Amino acid sequence: MSEHVIEISNLSRRFGKKQALSDVSLSVPEGCVFGLVGENGAGKTTLLKHVLGFLKPQQGSVRVFGLDPVADPPGVLGRIGHLSENRDLPAWMTVRELIEFTRAFYPKWDPVYAEELRMMFELSLNQKVPTLSRGQLARAGLLVALAHRPPLLVLDEPSSGLDPVVRKDILDAIIRTVVEEGRTVLFSSHLLDEVQRVSDRIAILDQGKLLLTSPLDEVLVSHYQLTIRFLEPQPFFPQLTGALMWSGSGREWKIVCNGQKQELESELELMEAEILDQTAPTLEEIFVARMKSAQRASAQE
Amino acid sequence: MQIQLSEADGTPYYQQVVNQVKFLVASGRLEAHEQLPSVRGLAQQLTITPNTVARAYRELEAEGVVISRRGAGVFISNGVSPLSNKEKRRILNERMDALLTESRQLGVDEETLLKLLRQRSQKFDSHQEVEK
Repeated sequence: MSEHVIEISNLSRRFGKKQALSDVSLSVPEGCVFGLVGENGAGKTTLLKHVLGFLKPQQGSVRVFGLDPVADPPGVLGRIGHLSENRDLPAWMTVRELIEFTRAFYPKWDPVYAEELRMMFELSLNQKVPTLSRGQLARAGLLVALAHRPPLLVLDEPSSGLDPVVRKDILDAIIRTVVEEGRTVLFSSHLLDEVQRVSDRIAILDQGKLLLTSPLDEVLVSHYQLTIRFLEPQPFFPQLTGALMWSGSGREWKIVCNGQKQELESELELMEAEILDQTAPTLEEIFVARMKSAQRASAQE
Repeated sequence: MQIQLSEADGTPYYQQVVNQVKFLVASGRLEAHEQLPSVRGLAQQLTITPNTVARAYRELEAEGVVISRRGAGVFISNGVSPLSNKEKRRILNERMDALLTESRQLGVDEETLLKLLRQRSQKFDSHQEVEK
């Protein structure tokens, strides 16, 4: 994991009046599964399109395998397996034609592996692409993304709108990809239980800004959830250090916090509030808390 | 080896693997010298990244629960692990915390609780003898 497969520095992108990405810097180490999360319109797809070289940076730089994906498409795109959000596969083809067509682009295409995936995904060769179900379409897209054994797999919302069986196929494919020596996966998702399960590192995007990028374990252990009980009923939740989000009423409240545990504990002590319970929040709870806290901050601006 | 990962709380997955392997050892479901699945094998079985499994195995090795032999694999350590007492205590502590919380909320003091526990234990023993 010494080398960074993807290196993004100070990337900004504007579409008309909309700032799609502003000053985003992140790096993806080799052999890691990197989960990109954020609400719809946060800039995830735009970021992935820069990695693929479909968009040219207006400011900042993007390097994939040390190369500029815009200047060197064969050097970059040829080594990436890619599944786009809307699975834009050619509609007039059969599965057989799709496989043959895609194969022509990749010298490293592995026909044995392609066949193995086709059997596993139960795709029949003569079926036409438009007649495939959503799940079959995702599997076909995954097949052509994986069969050239790319060192980097980029998946944009791979499991949105799919049933649990297909989602499991996709997660298995992600794991299988990294299990094979040194391969790297970058994927975006808003299914946070999935991200929590398979990722080594995550980044949270919010309105084009990078809210956080960190190893997943660090994100999980630096946040905690407390159930607290005040002496007197509280009409509003009081200002507390590190509290990102709160819910409750009267005397008992539940809060999600980030770091600064000692400060928070001494503040609670001063207010004679009692901590009833401490639990580890899930990535989803952390994400929601971060979003609420960011929204509050921008409302105050 | 069966491990059940929970998404219901934010305990990191490597930590969940560590805890459950320790639990399996403490409860005798994993025995000394028994081989654990390979890093890649367990990663695929649980659908988690191999980095997570590798980290769990490193942690277990540092604590003396497992030994990894180069080329051969990862095995449960020899004999009763010195940890297993500590681990038993950790598991019991969790239960005792729950019991203490409950009894305090019910207004049962420590003295009464200890008395109840002793009574219960005697009843439990005699009950087991009857079953034999």
